[in-house]
Amino acid sequence: MKYIDEFRDGSAARVVAERIAAEADPAREYRLMEFCGGHTHAIFRYGIPDLLPPNVRMIHGPGCPVCVLPIGRLDLAIDLAMRPGVTLCTYGDMMRVPGSRKRSLLRAKAEGADVRMVYSATDALRLARELPDREIVFFAIGFETTTPPTAVAVQIAAAEGLHNFSVYCNHVLTPPALVHLLETANPEDPEPVRIDGFVGPAHVSVVIGTDAYQRFAEHYRKPVVIAGFEPLDVLQSILMLVRQLNDGRATIENEYSRAVVAGGNLRAQAIVGDVLEVRETFEWRGLGDVPFSALRLRAKYAAHDAESRFAVVPVKARENKACECPAILRGVKRPTDCGIFGTVCTPENPMGSCMVSAEGACAAYYTYGRHKAPAIA
Amino acid sequence: MCLAIPAEVIEVLDATRARVSIGGVVKEIALHLVEGVVVGDYVLLHVGFALGKIDPEEAQRTLEALRALGEPLEDAA
Repeated sequence: MKYIDEFRDGSAARVVAERIAAEADPAREYRLMEFCGGHTHAIFRYGIPDLLPPNVRMIHGPGCPVCVLPIGRLDLAIDLAMRPGVTLCTYGDMMRVPGSRKRSLLRAKAEGADVRMVYSATDALRLARELPDREIVFFAIGFETTTPPTAVAVQIAAAEGLHNFSVYCNHVLTPPALVHLLETANPEDPEPVRIDGFVGPAHVSVVIGTDAYQRFAEHYRKPVVIAGFEPLDVLQSILMLVRQLNDGRATIENEYSRAVVAGGNLRAQAIVGDVLEVRETFEWRGLGDVPFSALRLRAKYAAHDAESRFAVVPVKARENKACECPAILRGVKRPTDCGIFGTVCTPENPMGSCMVSAEGACAAYYTYGRHKAPAIA
Repeated sequence: MCLAIPAEVIEVLDATRARVSIGGVVKEIALHLVEGVVVGDYVLLHVGFALGKIDPEEAQRTLEALRALGEPLEDAA
């Protein structure tokens, strides 16, 4: 397909990899975090770690919305789904994530809850039109990429007077999470993760633009290269980061210029700004409470806000002690450091969110055979 | 979750809807988030919405930059 095949060319990839190997200084380490789960997936699917010299190390970031959603927020979604009269619409990724006491939306569905898997927020709107006697709740998760469609759905519901449509909003923001990773050492970690530079998100950046990352260059002196999701994009961005670090530069560069501009998608930003506002704080799995890192519906759309409509009371849930998802999401542990990885916890029978989502680091390791070669990973 | 795929616009139905082809599979998508889409444009499709347009000239530039890497370091840098 156009704009995909040409960015997967194997011979071009080898050339970029050779260039990285030639330019990477053997006397130093390059610790590069790919924030986005989509990049983690691409990195393993195309065997990119095997193409990199050993001193260029990829650290997997928390950019997987399914993975970072705290168990308590999932428990609330399951509670909502169990209420009489409610039809809960969710993206497919959330269905199998285990909540407290191993409850999941899939299990709730088996127990009789009306849980529907949807492809788009517009599918939930359609259900609201077709089932006027049901309360349609859209379980909204995702980063800046997935937020604008949710905001459009709320605007349409308000315009059409779809009183039975509401949104359980769990949208989160990328830059505050990056700040948190750089600023906050988790008390559980022996030492905070050291990051030399970031492979920046592709489609989040289509929406927020490259300007949104300026402070990482100016204030934190960390280079950021916005990269597409194809293997050549990822390799090219790694080379650009290596070059910046070699030169002692810290700037925001845009490898994904075919889709990302400096200001981002202003129309999408305006729609999001109309419907949603920033929460003072939000809990992230693995990162804890991160200030100004998530969105909720503005008061003028309260009629479509499931949290106020159903008087949802926040709950804190406990992590499964054996599961290392939180430390993996902070980049301080690798999936293979987890005692239950690939044995008790597999994609067929996941214990933690990082194994459920295809974008999770554990699922990527497992699916593409990293578990067989921990020495390389 | 943040994946978006390039889709070719084959018909603009109205201000908010278009039909696109994804490698031959035709699908109706929402246009609320983009402006000025015309037939022949490639858009990034994400959860049923066009999230942005793909700039063919920038795509070409990126591919050329990749090709230039095969040349000696002085030229590529």
